[in-house]
Amino acid sequence: MHEMSLAEGIRQIIDTQAAAHGFARVTTLRLEIGRFAGVEKPALEFALDVVLRGSSAEGAGVEMIDLPGRALCYDCGEVVEIADRLDPCPLCGSGKILPQGGDEMRIKDMEVI
Amino acid sequence: MCTVCGCSSGPKIDGQTHAHSHAHEHDHAHSHGADHDHDHHHYGDGAAGVSVPGMSQARLIQIETDILAKNNAYAASNRRVLTALEAFAVNLVSSPGSGKTTLLCKTIEALGGQPLAVIEGDQQTSNDADRIRATGARAVQVNTGKGCHLDGHMVGHAMDDLHLAPQSLLFIENVGNLVCPAAFDLGEDAKVAILSVTEGEDKPLKYPDMFTAAKLAILNKIDLAPHCDADLDAYEANLRRINPDIIVLRVSARTGEGMDAWIDWLRAGLRAKARP
Repeated sequence: MHEMSLAEGIRQIIDTQAAAHGFARVTTLRLEIGRFAGVEKPALEFALDVVLRGSSAEGAGVEMIDLPGRALCYDCGEVVEIADRLDPCPLCGSGKILPQGGDEMRIKDMEVI
Repeated sequence: MCTVCGCSSGPKIDGQTHAHSHAHEHDHAHSHGADHDHDHHHYGDGAAGVSVPGMSQARLIQIETDILAKNNAYAASNRRVLTALEAFAVNLVSSPGSGKTTLLCKTIEALGGQPLAVIEGDQQTSNDADRIRATGARAVQVNTGKGCHLDGHMVGHAMDDLHLAPQSLLFIENVGNLVCPAAFDLGEDAKVAILSVTEGEDKPLKYPDMFTAAKLAILNKIDLAPHCDADLDAYEANLRRINPDIIVLRVSARTGEGMDAWIDWLRAGLRAKARP
């Protein structure tokens, strides 16, 4: 459900950018979404479709770039890439790992006219 | 007066009537009708932005902005206020029905004369704030409407209304939801996840985001454990699997078992906020 709040956050950023840069329309919006960001991408797409109506980004193409999940292994001390929070350390097999990254939710850039 | 958005919000504490309507420079304009004689904040209105026409040359704008930047700015503002007051704030997160409000009522009793205040988040009703106020504590209810979580802005306004005393404890009882509140920083010092023994030992594995974000987990209703074959060690093992650093306290708010450790943890947090 909070994808709607995220979409509203995206619209705020776009509105601020529109005021600062003076563009008419956003044609493409590129987002970076971490694997552990808790974002359901189809839900975010749906929310953006609704929330961006009437804004300079109405109808813009939305690209979502996946960022990998990273975690610190408490046993071997390495920062490793994992696909799932519950995965063991791929280096030593330990289950004691703490996510260190992959919770990003960013607007990377946008193409405007 | 909200220091971030600049909107003014009148006092809405202890049954005072207020009526104002303000459109913020950010997305959700919210308004309060004159028929309000209770101290609620209502949210859930939709977007109302503006678009600015301008030049028409295709170009790429680098943004690299966190989608939650706005929320994070509100949270940072709340954190500054709390730091200035040497106040310690906890964001209580859990499923609905884990016993948050009962735990809070018992916590307030156990804390005696400690200055404290409570922000209650629910989609509807002021039932929880009413229960807190029955203990004599100050409480403000925030109704999120359709919203599934509290955000930094709602909490900032609620904090304005509470007029926190220096060295207060602030309890923020989030909407009962183990998913969305994990992503929204409110400016708190710690998220505290409450998990009751009837919920299943694998709950931390099913909802990892929240338990990763929490500093402390309270395993509540342990008086019921023998009646529902709950394996408390399995709960703890699963919590540590998700978050090796998490502190786990076994508590029964009903019988009082384990409450001392919780109260000690809160007092230690408060002491740590004191300026030398």
